[in-house]
Amino acid sequence: MLRLDHVSKSYRVGTFGGRELAAVRDVSLEVAPGEVVSLIGESGSGKSTIGRMILRLTSVTSGSITFDGTDIAGLAGSRLRGYYGNVQGVFQDPFSCYNPIFKADRALELLRQPYFPDLDGRRWRAKLERSLEAVRLDPGQVLGKYPHQLSGGQLQRMLVARALLLDIRLLVADEIISMLDASTRIDVLNLLGDLKARGLGIVFITHDLSLGNYISDTAVILHRGEVVETGPTGQVFDQPRHPYTRSLLASVPQLHRKWERNGHPVRQPAGEGD
Amino acid sequence: MSPVTLKVDNLQVWYRTLRGDVQALDGVSFTVGDGELVGLAGESGCGKSTLGKSLIRLDGRMRHVGGTVELDGKELPIGDSERMNGFRFKEVSIIPQYAMSAMNPTRRIGRMVAELLESRGVRFEGQLEELLRRLELVGLDPEVLERYPIELSGGMKQRMVMVISTLLNPSLLVADEVTSALDVSNQKAVAEALVDFRDRHYVKSTIIITHDLSLVYQIADSIIVMYAGKLAEKAPTDTLVHAPRHPYTRMLIGALPEVGVRYDTKRLEGIPGSPPSLLDPPKGCRFRDRCPLAFDKCAEEPPFREVAPDHAVACWKAF
Repeated sequence: MLRLDHVSKSYRVGTFGGRELAAVRDVSLEVAPGEVVSLIGESGSGKSTIGRMILRLTSVTSGSITFDGTDIAGLAGSRLRGYYGNVQGVFQDPFSCYNPIFKADRALELLRQPYFPDLDGRRWRAKLERSLEAVRLDPGQVLGKYPHQLSGGQLQRMLVARALLLDIRLLVADEIISMLDASTRIDVLNLLGDLKARGLGIVFITHDLSLGNYISDTAVILHRGEVVETGPTGQVFDQPRHPYTRSLLASVPQLHRKWERNGHPVRQPAGEGD
Repeated sequence: MSPVTLKVDNLQVWYRTLRGDVQALDGVSFTVGDGELVGLAGESGCGKSTLGKSLIRLDGRMRHVGGTVELDGKELPIGDSERMNGFRFKEVSIIPQYAMSAMNPTRRIGRMVAELLESRGVRFEGQLEELLRRLELVGLDPEVLERYPIELSGGMKQRMVMVISTLLNPSLLVADEVTSALDVSNQKAVAEALVDFRDRHYVKSTIIITHDLSLVYQIADSIIVMYAGKLAEKAPTDTLVHAPRHPYTRMLIGALPEVGVRYDTKRLEGIPGSPPSLLDPPKGCRFRDRCPLAFDKCAEEPPFREVAPDHAVACWKAF
């Protein structure tokens, strides 16, 4: 469905743009319907730049991105609108995606004019409620509320609902749960899992390896703009081949394994009698 | 039990707002032992940062309503900012949540440290040798003292602030979300440095405030879990993670995805609902509305009581 072919992105930096900084170098990957591809990397690895290029928020320096065989670089006008009807993004900070002056559902309402001008009020309302229910929000509880009256988890799920209104086929989810609390995080993750079961392709961008592992089929480990390792998620996590992936995995804090340093646990086990 | 560095007794700190008082910290009591590294965990809005801040500086909106804080046997005048000046930096120090932007951008770091020390009546020259030793310990080149903060990466800034905060060997260090904004490899380095500082007696005791239970599991001796302005549970780290007694702690741990756990083989569950508003907190147990075990008794507020040595819980079902 989505295909990246030797995609690179470089920025001109320095006072007169004299130097080039390669943010993404020669990245190729594919996303099929119902597949979750995780882009995992630390800051500066180029993971978000890739997401932005897929959403056409950033231009591609070389290489191509195609959706169903069509190069997205040349899309304009109604064909670009058609592309956005298939591909949408949700980002890290749900709080800043809403205009605090307006009610939160305005973010959904704004889609009606360009995409569904023929729907009458009742059918639009039904469609709205269906997509809110798909993200497990109670329409009665969230419609007509201002952003500050809703929690981060609710706002974030509403943005996913907005993407679903369009019957999209590909979702670019850039760090969408990093800002949520542990107790609501997992709900949003489970939601992505359910959407994937319904055939949605997802590009899941994260710096958190445990989150990248939970729902993804394919893991792509990025380092300084380059793909260092890619493969089925289980394989990459169980038998990482690249030393970078290994060191990354060893640094993740986990509840069932303790960090080690020079062969000793960092934290001494508690004394007897606990 | 080892001698106690910090003793917090029934501490209440409220925020003044236009709509009334937000009871962010409502009757919190605990102790931190000599050389103990305590993790303070909870979700946003549970009062964990308020607790950390109130041990060093109440900002304009915060009001000390009741309770006492004792450090090394002396009472901390937390409601009196002037008198607290005698304690800050020397006795209590904080690595603030905004550590990345805590340094003066217009000064070279070395000069900033010198000014800071002199404002506390300490000569910079006398501390320089120690400063250089500690920079080396956290893996920073002495040359950073000649640099401006903007020239350092996030992880370097975080380590620099850590060295500055602990330079005068305070009894208590409060580290507020010090690793949250860092990549995993930097995160590990900073967390390990916190352990090193304790082991080398640069600080006596440390409170690490975080939302990330798996991080404090790696380094803390004991963990406190807060919920809606109150303590829910406190226990030695292994006990809290492997045998928690409070339903909230259990559900919180159950909701953490781990490397190796997959959605299709083991679906984790979140905690339905959201924490109560602290403007007018409900009577009784504050977790009651989200708790699957709630029963009649929960309309009464559960005390924070020891159920085993060093293991205290605020839940009727745990007693």
